[in-house]
Amino acid sequence: MSSIYQDIILDHYRNPRNHGTIAHPTHQAKALNASCGDKLQMDIIIKNDIILDVKFSGVGCAISQAAASLLTETVAKKPVTEVLVLEPQDVLTLLGVPLSPSRIKCALLSLETLKKTLNSQKTA
Amino acid sequence: MNITDIKKAFPIFTHHPDLIYLDSAATALKPAVVIASEQAYYEQCSTNIARGIYPLAEQTTTAFEESRATVARFIGARTPEEVIFTAGTTASLNLTADLLASRITKEDNIVTTALEHHSNFLPWKELAKRNKAELRIVPVTETGTLHLEALKKLVDNHTKIVAFSATSNVLGTINPVSEIIRIIRSLNKETVIIVDAAQAVGHIPVDVVAWDADFIAFSGHKLFGPTGVGVLFGKQTLLNQLSPVAFGGGMVLDACALETLYKDAPARFEAGTPNIAGIIGLGAAITFIESIGVAEIHAHETKLARYACQALQKAFGDDIRILAAKNPEDQSSIVSFTLTGAHPHDTAQLLGEHNICVRAGLQCAAPLHEALNLSATTRLSFSIYNTEHDIDLLITRLKEIRTIL
Ligand SMILES: Cc1ncc(COP(=O)(O)O)c(C=O)c1O
Repeated sequence: MSSIYQDIILDHYRNPRNHGTIAHPTHQAKALNASCGDKLQMDIIIKNDIILDVKFSGVGCAISQAAASLLTETVAKKPVTEVLVLEPQDVLTLLGVPLSPSRIKCALLSLETLKKTLNSQKTA
Repeated sequence: MNITDIKKAFPIFTHHPDLIYLDSAATALKPAVVIASEQAYYEQCSTNIARGIYPLAEQTTTAFEESRATVARFIGARTPEEVIFTAGTTASLNLTADLLASRITKEDNIVTTALEHHSNFLPWKELAKRNKAELRIVPVTETGTLHLEALKKLVDNHTKIVAFSATSNVLGTINPVSEIIRIIRSLNKETVIIVDAAQAVGHIPVDVVAWDADFIAFSGHKLFGPTGVGVLFGKQTLLNQLSPVAFGGGMVLDACALETLYKDAPARFEAGTPNIAGIIGLGAAITFIESIGVAEIHAHETKLARYACQALQKAFGDDIRILAAKNPEDQSSIVSFTLTGAHPHDTAQLLGEHNICVRAGLQCAAPLHEALNLSATTRLSFSIYNTEHDIDLLITRLKEIRTIL
């Protein structure tokens, strides 16, 4: 069996990009993976329909943390409309390893949180 | 107990010789005798129960009722009529909630605890909500045992139901069931007491008369039996006062009367064709357990649990938080832990790559994780086919995992 813990995933897990919170985000939301208890929060600053800044925080396994890191890296500086159409497969492609159904949930928590954040009421 | 011989009784080890199965609390592996008994039913009888009067049907009915008698004897029920067959613990607990629903008013309260599996928590939460009653939750202490002083304050004249588990599926603490029930009865004689014994039956000696609970629920698949079958024990005096909640074949005496006349328990609560093969298999599973002895099983499992606690502590020191019974005598076959730098999901996945099966996550006990301020845990649960060598291998792999993550 080949491990899903490839270098790219371990790198993003150990050194997550865009990890943390933003002092005055325009949008913020949280999501929860009920089966494993992983929690993710995203803070975003949107200006002129562009994602100027995005940060994530929370606890999670290597897959959910690496997915959040890769995803936030991908969507930074992109137009909101382009990000809202991202599909689950896009996240799985970013991770680049075959995941079992239960681990796919870990990977997709980041996309769920991101979309929830983009669709949330403006906070500032 | 000879482990080599025990492993031979479980065909899965022929298919997976290197399997290290540490997830028996989720479901136990199945011995060949259980599988064979189900197959024999399908091949040799394959008829419905209590319907046909031809010999094959009578043979099935006899085998089916023998299983009931076996279960009754195993848990010390006064009569087999106190044993209702269900689809599992979850089905048993939901059935109990439905049976008691008409007795609950908005003046009443229902007491459950913070260490319950969701299936002994949500049915009561929902029932309380539907009937506008109050749900009261007994907290756990810092060490994860039930807070008995708090229980004493929560049970009052309006407590209609108290539901708690005999053994926690996360912490593996064996609760003092008889003592808890004595406390509840001293505070309110009318309270109906329900014990979730999913992690207790087959692991510790269970005597329903000594416990004195009104209802006891457990699953067949956690005691080497088939999936899809379970038991609801109910005190006979209480059962016959309760009206059925599911209706159909096999449970009625006079269906044409203006006021339908139902059979006595347990038939009145077993509408429709049950899982006959599964129930026959459950009987075989209990016979298998009895051939080893519950006391022997308990001794083996708790020895492994204690060994695991010590070995994990020694290997990981301050980096590990072990959730187990504080008192070694209260320890069952379950040990959960969190390990710094290794999320339970990653741990379980990486162990899985080496054929080591453990459970990771919230283990259907979100309220307990919240109470103990845990986001997720890894759970080990031992059975007769496990050895100290399994635990040594586990620790070797855990050390490796920590270097990978
Ligand atoms: C304490 C406890 N209660 C209830 C259940 C539910 O059992 P089942 O899924 O067989 O209905 C379990 C099983 O995970 C359990 O451990």
